[in-house]
Amino acid sequence: MKRLTPVIEWGTLLLSTGIVVFFLVVILLDLTIKGMPALSWEFISTFPTEGMTKGGILPAIIGTVLLTLITAAAAAPFGICCAIYLNEYAAETWITKLIRASIRNLAGIPSIIYGLFGLALFVQGLGMGTSLLSAGLTLGLLSLPYIITTTEEALRRIPNSTREAALAVGATQFESIRDVVLPSALPGILTGLVLTLSRAAGETAPILFTGVAFYINNPTGYLNQEFMALPYHLYMLSTQHHSIEEVRPLAYGTALVLLCVVFFLNLTAFYIRYKHNKNGPRAH
Amino acid sequence: MKLLQRERIDFAMKLIFQVTGLLVIAVLGGIFFMLIWNSSAFFSEVKPWDFITGTQWNPSGDPIRYGILPLLVSTFLVTLGAMIIAIPIGIGTAAFMSEYAGSRIKNIMKPAIEMLAAIPSVAIGFLGIVVLSPGLASIAGLSNGLNALNGAILLAVMALPTIITVTEDALQGVPHSFKEASYGVGASKWETLTKVVIPSAAPGILAAVMLGVGRAIGETMTVLMATGNAAAFPQGFFHSVRTMTATIAIEMGEVPFQTTHYFALFAIASVLFLITLIVNVIGEYFVNKFRKFHSS
Repeated sequence: MKRLTPVIEWGTLLLSTGIVVFFLVVILLDLTIKGMPALSWEFISTFPTEGMTKGGILPAIIGTVLLTLITAAAAAPFGICCAIYLNEYAAETWITKLIRASIRNLAGIPSIIYGLFGLALFVQGLGMGTSLLSAGLTLGLLSLPYIITTTEEALRRIPNSTREAALAVGATQFESIRDVVLPSALPGILTGLVLTLSRAAGETAPILFTGVAFYINNPTGYLNQEFMALPYHLYMLSTQHHSIEEVRPLAYGTALVLLCVVFFLNLTAFYIRYKHNKNGPRAH
Repeated sequence: MKLLQRERIDFAMKLIFQVTGLLVIAVLGGIFFMLIWNSSAFFSEVKPWDFITGTQWNPSGDPIRYGILPLLVSTFLVTLGAMIIAIPIGIGTAAFMSEYAGSRIKNIMKPAIEMLAAIPSVAIGFLGIVVLSPGLASIAGLSNGLNALNGAILLAVMALPTIITVTEDALQGVPHSFKEASYGVGASKWETLTKVVIPSAAPGILAAVMLGVGRAIGETMTVLMATGNAAAFPQGFFHSVRTMTATIAIEMGEVPFQTTHYFALFAIASVLFLITLIVNVIGEYFVNKFRKFHSS
């Protein structure tokens, strides 16, 4: 018995780890095996036809790409500037503490509440209507706390001697940030940004009321138009379609494409991080 | 460039950076204001007490009922189920990775957990419909498996990466001297783990659990797709439930602008906001406690 107990103890921990791996493997295998048959060049390059029962998902792919770009354009400058303020300028005053508390709070707010805020502020308050712009800005707000946190971490890793060297040769503080600090922190900032965008690309709840549509026969890409998006397309195909069983292969295909988009962004982030680590972080 | 000009640019940029910092507070303030403003419009028509204690949510029925209790209980039930599943598995996995696994297994597990965290909620909800639901239905002998248990399992999968990562950090944060002292008095590895390492990492683990709870309560798409969304009062894990988040998602698209029903959905959102706020504050309390304890 005494000899058995370590095995049982170790086994308990191994079992829980096994369950986690099992979850991941089931998710990946099921989506890949059942999604692969639906995938074809036609599937990702054509419009849906015959009431969504045939054809491809091109407009949903375009929509998700445009949406993610708008999210990045809205949130990245804002978030990076805020992180620069927190790490490079701010003293530990009550206002700084309030900013940090706000960031932590924003990160904890459920995404559906961001959707309501986007509806109240962008769609109705600022009169942008349900549109690509409204949805992109809503996702931008959702991404903001993550971009600030990851950027600040990247800035914190730059040693103070780097800043002091720039100041010592006569640079102003802004010049030191622009020419020395930001370039060295760039890989870290980009990694965080791309990871955040991969999260935003898969979000559904914030865009439900701010501009996503089930079908757009002519996606112009104009900012004031409604749009299709991969996550919402998957949601509609799997719950709201009039012949759900018939479109199941298409739903699987959409899920697989969405997963590929998200993993592609993740891999990009890891590649940037890896490349940077290989070249070695600067003088420490 | 002249020095004066450079200094002016420097000053202007500092001001811009400062303003973006203040704007972050404004965003949170704006969300706060939006919730209070729209909820107060609702509470001018429906008594807050009736809203909180009402056992029926039926905004388009006759008589119209705005009782949040069934939605609240649904959210609670699904979250509770998710935590019952995710907490032991999460702590077990974190303990395995932190105390037992070699670097080779760690190098596989870390990216695996990151992958799990990256899967969009809508994809997990989809698998709840096509894989888990038929499975649950055949095991429990139900006509379909879109119920609270389905949602709980999916939410557990989604909360696991957070719980594992934060718990592992907490376990790693326990000073080595603690373990050595335990081994020194003859304790086995398991005894050291359960009686020394986990108890001294407890605040950090509680913080991990709180983060997981916050994530589960606020999750929309998976529960919307997998729990069946019956408006009746929740009966248990094998019955369909409809959470607060799912109710907002379903009804906001159909409700006319600025009606009582419209404002009612913001009132639900306020309750949801308040709950996640409390959960996060508790989590933060434990994080700070853990930091203080182990930095001294």
